[in-house]
Amino acid sequence: MKEKPFAITLDVGSSLANRTGAWRTERPRYVDRMPPCNQACPAGENIQQWLFHAESGDYESAWRQLMRDNPLPAVMGRVCYHPCETACNRVQVDNAVGINSIERFLGDEAIRRGWTVEAPSETSGKRVLVIGSGPAGLSAAYHLRLLGHEVTIREAQDRPGGMMRYGIPRYRLPREVLDAEIDRIMALGVTLELGTKVEDVLTAQAEGGFDAVFLAVGAGIGKRAYIPAGDSARVLDAVSLLGSMEGEGPPLLGRRVAVYGGGNTAMDAARTARRLGATDAVVVYRRTRDRMPAHDIEVEEALEEGVRMKWLSTIKHADEGRLTIERMELDETGFPQPTGEFEELQADSVVLALGQDSDLSLLRDVPELAVDHGMVQVADGLMTGRQGIFAGGDMVPAERTVTVAVGHGKKAARHIDAYLRGATYDPGAKHAPATFDLLNPWYYSDAPASVRPRLELARRVSTFDEVVQGLDESTALFEARRCMSCGNCFECDNCYGVCPDNAIRKLGPGKGFDIDLDYCKGCGLCAAECPCGAIEMVPEEDSGA
Amino acid sequence: MTAAREVRFYQVGSFAAGNRLLGPELQSEQAHPGRSNALTCGHRACQGCGEALGARYALDAAQRAAGGKVIAVNATGCLEVFSTPYPETSWQLPWLHSLFGNAPAVAAGVAAALRAKGRTDVRVVGQGGDGGTVDIGLGCLSGMFERNDDVLYVCYDNEAYMNTGVQRSGATPPTTRTATTQAVGEVPGAPFGQGKSLPLIAMAHEIPYVATATVAGLRDLEAKVHRAMGMRGARYLHVLVPCPLGWGTASHDTVRIARLAEQTGLFPVFEATGGVVTDVTPIRRRVPVEEYLRPQKRYAHLFRPELRTDVIARLQRTADRNIARFGLLAQEEASS
Repeated sequence: MKEKPFAITLDVGSSLANRTGAWRTERPRYVDRMPPCNQACPAGENIQQWLFHAESGDYESAWRQLMRDNPLPAVMGRVCYHPCETACNRVQVDNAVGINSIERFLGDEAIRRGWTVEAPSETSGKRVLVIGSGPAGLSAAYHLRLLGHEVTIREAQDRPGGMMRYGIPRYRLPREVLDAEIDRIMALGVTLELGTKVEDVLTAQAEGGFDAVFLAVGAGIGKRAYIPAGDSARVLDAVSLLGSMEGEGPPLLGRRVAVYGGGNTAMDAARTARRLGATDAVVVYRRTRDRMPAHDIEVEEALEEGVRMKWLSTIKHADEGRLTIERMELDETGFPQPTGEFEELQADSVVLALGQDSDLSLLRDVPELAVDHGMVQVADGLMTGRQGIFAGGDMVPAERTVTVAVGHGKKAARHIDAYLRGATYDPGAKHAPATFDLLNPWYYSDAPASVRPRLELARRVSTFDEVVQGLDESTALFEARRCMSCGNCFECDNCYGVCPDNAIRKLGPGKGFDIDLDYCKGCGLCAAECPCGAIEMVPEEDSGA
Repeated sequence: MTAAREVRFYQVGSFAAGNRLLGPELQSEQAHPGRSNALTCGHRACQGCGEALGARYALDAAQRAAGGKVIAVNATGCLEVFSTPYPETSWQLPWLHSLFGNAPAVAAGVAAALRAKGRTDVRVVGQGGDGGTVDIGLGCLSGMFERNDDVLYVCYDNEAYMNTGVQRSGATPPTTRTATTQAVGEVPGAPFGQGKSLPLIAMAHEIPYVATATVAGLRDLEAKVHRAMGMRGARYLHVLVPCPLGWGTASHDTVRIARLAEQTGLFPVFEATGGVVTDVTPIRRRVPVEEYLRPQKRYAHLFRPELRTDVIARLQRTADRNIARFGLLAQEEASS
């Protein structure tokens, strides 16, 4: 035995021999949770993940991640009502992350740089007919094509895009953006037959030899309400007005235009009327602003452009140059009731924006297919009562937005794909939500949201130039970096830093961390100090058993 | 303005340990896979020990600044006991322990020996808890200061003698319940009007550098160690390290409690050179002292059986005085 110094009997040892992990009653575990933005996205985008790429300036990867769910980012970055931002946890810190503006930046960047996606070279041999080339139809076609199926789109109009072209005004969605994104989908090898109205779906399916059909005809017929009108009163509907902007040329509206209705279409119609030269555009709506179905931002932009709002009013009679309006009152249930008080409103024309119906004449001969209140009834997988016929977008009961339609297209494509393979589509279990209380917001730098520049007001009421402008690169990058990455590790090293026992191992970029259970005492500091709530503490198995 | 505050507009760049978007030079030392881990795994500190965390933060940063050439001298206390039960050690650097009260003198001796050997490359860090520093070792420490010995002395302040069973020290704040200041009487817990601020005592020695920090401000703490290691002579760093056992807090709350101490103003974070305060870390989200006191069992008597608003108000005045004295509110908040 080696001679030791005086009074020393043991060799020097390291505390590494002391496995303090035995003290533990709880252990930390890395988890992924569902960020509220992803949860709220009707198109099912993995927003948190594409922001993760955008944060590092890798816009192409961000765009490719986005394109896994949504083939129309530049469109969506303009017209989506961004429920993601409403749900965003950052609202509780300062303002929501400008997800929509970053999406637009990525979409525009992709167009500018000509990024494309590729369809698989081998096809499944299955053929799918998509009826309608609006957002639902385009989205379904895109996803079906990526899944290897042959896709034909039939469109009744002369140009593709559905309501994105014939309903949404140019000042919100420039047509070169729409065309670029549609062209990219078509380049995947989708067959597009324009000016081809399908009269009977079963015949079309049989004659074309299609294995499945996706119905996405939208809701393109303006609802008419009966308004007693003099012979020379000028009454038209908002859908026709907006549609005519794309073809035969705008109708004559006069200088004073009343728009009847309180939805987004009413706002579009009123703003379009302003741009066509109406000095006075008035929205007549029977309830109050807070009960308007139109989105706040649309109402605000309309007000900015000088559109007037006449709340609690119904049109009782229309004559040449003037309307008779009845004042309404909300009863205790919030329903408007007539008061018997009347007034006159000067108006050269009335535009009805009272909702839209679908043209379902192509479904006449499909007995299994159920229609309720003018909407096609579908099961969870968007299949109608008829095997192999699916439906989505504005023609099925759901919120009628581009984003919902894009989501329907994706969902239908996945179910159609499963149907064609004789399987059922299993989306898998969703992660538990990453709610704000799971975060440690202390760690997020103070960074108020960036504001998108807007066209000057004078040009907004005289031209159809785009109102809301895009973010430049550095602002988009800043905005992306405001993301708090709720519920998903973004490698901030905080767990690795705050462990008093060095019991967290850093595995390198992209690989995350793991816990050294030999030494982890289960104090829970890593979980408490994780900014984004990506660590949970779970009880140890009862070691006495 | 510290470097820690210059990194902006990254998700957590300014506050968390690291950030995948920042270059290595802008990451904290604790984010580096190759950090020296001066105090390694297997030590016997309690779950969530603030002192173990603070010691690793400070020594890793010191080793980084000195190219790994650091000798540590330790006073008696928890830090010494939990890290070196014979014959094991958790220290991955040369480390000495002598007595409870003489660590500053031993550190001064090591520095003198190194000077005699011409080893200017090897640096000395003395360290101890608040008992060993502000009470028992104060004479030795004051001597080290007035001689301006080339030592960085770090005090890990957990506001009582935790190792021996939570007895009051000179750093125990008023109203705190300890084994020797029970929660009885008109003003329960440690009395008002007693105790001392060692950072201010150190400043009175007009030594080159004095600073305070907490385990909630990792980047701030590291920046201060770096600044101190860039100087010669006597330097003093006072780090607030919550003690889950002695304070009666949850083990996962150690960093949160330190943060609250900072954000209430009860623990002012500042730095001083030559006896003059040169910079403060402003309060980012000001909170009333009650939020700091309530989660700690050592202050439970202020809330049960009755809410002692009078005592809490007195503690709030202490915090307010710190805020005014050190200018702890950022400019815009102070003026609003």
